[in-house]
Amino acid sequence: MIPELGHFALVLALALAVIQTVFPMLGTFRHVQNWVAVARPAAYGQLFFLSVAYACLTYSFIVSDFSVLYVAQNSNTELPLIYRIVSVWGGHEGSLLLWALTLGMWTVAVALFSHNLPREMAARVISVMGFVSVGFLLFLVITSNPFNRLSSAPANGRDLNPLLQDPGLIMHPPMLYMGYVGFSVVFAFAVTALISGRLDSAWARWSRPWTLIAWVFLTLGITLGSWWAYYELGWGGWWFWDPVENASFMPWLIGTALLHSLAVTEKRNTFKAWTVLLAILAFSLSLLGTFLVRSGVLTSVHAFASDPSRGLFILAFLGVVVGLSLALYAWRAPSIVNSGGFSMVSRESLLLLNNILLVVACASVLLGTLYPLFLDAFNLGKISVGPPYFDNVFMFLMLPLLVLLGVGPLARWKQDNAKQLVWHLRFLLIASFGLGLLVPFFFMGMKGLSVFPGLALAFWITFTSVQSVRERLRHKTNRWQALSTIPRSFYGMTLAHIGVAVFVIGVTVSTAFSTEQDVRLEPHVELDLAGYHFIFEGVESVPGPNYTANRGTITVQQNGELVTVLHPEKRTYLVQTMPMTEADIDVTLFRDIYISLGEPLGGDSGAWSVRIYHKPFIRWIWLGALLMAIGGVLSALDMRYRKLARARQPVTEADSVTATA
Amino acid sequence: MSFITMTRKHKQRLTVVLLLVVGIGTAVALALSAFQENMLFFFNPSEVVAGEVPTDRTIRVGGLVTNGSVKRANDSLLVEFSVTDTKNSVPVKYEGILPDLFREGQGIIAIGRLEADGSFKAQEVLAKHDETYMPPEVADSLKAAQAENAQIKMPESHRAN
Repeated sequence: MIPELGHFALVLALALAVIQTVFPMLGTFRHVQNWVAVARPAAYGQLFFLSVAYACLTYSFIVSDFSVLYVAQNSNTELPLIYRIVSVWGGHEGSLLLWALTLGMWTVAVALFSHNLPREMAARVISVMGFVSVGFLLFLVITSNPFNRLSSAPANGRDLNPLLQDPGLIMHPPMLYMGYVGFSVVFAFAVTALISGRLDSAWARWSRPWTLIAWVFLTLGITLGSWWAYYELGWGGWWFWDPVENASFMPWLIGTALLHSLAVTEKRNTFKAWTVLLAILAFSLSLLGTFLVRSGVLTSVHAFASDPSRGLFILAFLGVVVGLSLALYAWRAPSIVNSGGFSMVSRESLLLLNNILLVVACASVLLGTLYPLFLDAFNLGKISVGPPYFDNVFMFLMLPLLVLLGVGPLARWKQDNAKQLVWHLRFLLIASFGLGLLVPFFFMGMKGLSVFPGLALAFWITFTSVQSVRERLRHKTNRWQALSTIPRSFYGMTLAHIGVAVFVIGVTVSTAFSTEQDVRLEPHVELDLAGYHFIFEGVESVPGPNYTANRGTITVQQNGELVTVLHPEKRTYLVQTMPMTEADIDVTLFRDIYISLGEPLGGDSGAWSVRIYHKPFIRWIWLGALLMAIGGVLSALDMRYRKLARARQPVTEADSVTATA
Repeated sequence: MSFITMTRKHKQRLTVVLLLVVGIGTAVALALSAFQENMLFFFNPSEVVAGEVPTDRTIRVGGLVTNGSVKRANDSLLVEFSVTDTKNSVPVKYEGILPDLFREGQGIIAIGRLEADGSFKAQEVLAKHDETYMPPEVADSLKAAQAENAQIKMPESHRAN
């Protein structure tokens, strides 16, 4: 009964999505106020029914209703309750339902916070989001109904893939989807602007906080994924250039370019056509990401057994969305006029370079990700692209980007003087260079110098960021008081940029100085690595809730003193009889000690293969990303977005009265 | 407009455009050469045995781990096994920790180089995180091998265990 209710709710949500797409859009063209007014209620209704469907599926998981195919495939009575709840998004159908639900939430958020927008514009934005929703709900109902019943229910389910039975699953997918789907808002804004031909700085100002919030979620989602892969996959890497990682990274790169380009459009009323194109691209790449992950065309850690025929539907939908929006762009973009001119040396031109570098970076990731798929599709051979390709290309593109990142916030809008700018920054330049050389030399000696480029850049970014705050305070009599007059968006930007510096330090130092060793260890064997002394005490068998584990004990000492005792595990999950490596990690801000168990090497000796890593500064990678996200939140909370809302309040109230009348 | 009549501003613009073109051109050239160098071609065991495989670059070889072929060294992490597409098989040497789902009969992909003696020295061995999942490359090459086997009517069965 409950699954049928869920299915029914899903169909009703689809019907409402169609209404939400058709009537508001037509209403704005034919000037039928009642049709325009349909937008918000339809969005609320759609979210209500999506929530009902979602709740029904969750209920089926909680009570372990194995007559539902999807539940039988992804759950088990032995599965702990929390994992039964999050199993909803452990597979294909449920992930899509979460996607649709997230889209519903973003739409309602737009409906609630768009009362300051012209009524027709809000209606069109909601209509465009409804169109996207129709696509996904059709996909769900036609090809991937999560409520399909089995004619005879199995006694127990196939269980959630053990790899997914981890706190990472609770957070990573929802965050990532909030980011992916969040770009649908700025996409809808862009399409609306193209339709109505109204593309001004007000448009950029409305789109900006939405883009920021979506970008923050995407940043957090990718960071969580990276952190999860680091401890869960047992290889100790934080980024693999896996096609699915790339699929989430591409919208992030374009989203980052979009944030910077929106700033120019808002402040200087230029870059307009370019900004709109980036908005379309960011969401298209989010759709592409969904297609790549969900169609099963990829060989990757995320490619669980999946059905390629579904890929065709998403591919067709992707074609429709991208095709239509680009056609609209091609038709309308020539009429967009940029008013603000700028000279060769100015903040605009620096941001333009930022955009070019980010887009080229994204294109190179796209090439490395899609080219193997094309070759395979046309039977031209099976290739894959190794991580060194991505590493080299990124190194080459990110170096100039990071140098410019330091200059950008200090350059003047419209026109600046290159000589003056360099002269002005001479001390910071020398200091970053010097400290980049001295600091690693002091700690590591000559071999520390390999991190010079990364460290110098990190110092450069930090110094210039601090300098840009100081310049804001110049000529102020009371500097402490003046600190509070600086807008939040400026602090947000500065914090995010310092986050980049922290990230760069993490990447450079952990890459240069990590020690990794795979060893064969018999009980009571001792080993020295990276200044630590490891004693392998052996492996014993311990039971878990739905698995049995071989649990190793390794004592770690430094200078004769106990540092920690680590217990890496090799688990065998009872239902899928699948072995899983659970690494154990000792974490401090400046280094991780990471130990995972390989396998028993046979014989009576009790020997195991063991992987021991010492990774300095690896936490800084995620810490940096976290700072970027916090910076994004700060910027989105800037007062000017709220002032805008307040200033327009009276107008809208009068408007909504006439609308309901 | 001829070059001589260009104003200072025009010249400046031209320089910037040229710099951009050169910059992006270099970026693309470097990216493409890095791409060329890091393309990893996939070969199945039959192709390796037939000698169609270059020995001077890193490649991927995939297939099923032959039953009973896994041998471990007593004093190191050296493992030797063979991968098969049910028609031909290639001996593989690997030193390190094997992935969780590595077992006999399982589809795997090894990344490494072909040695002069016809064995494959792997730097990395990949097995997927789902029991029912077969790398698509391996699935295709198994299908091809089975089709050929069926044509010459070999008596043994070729079920992938």
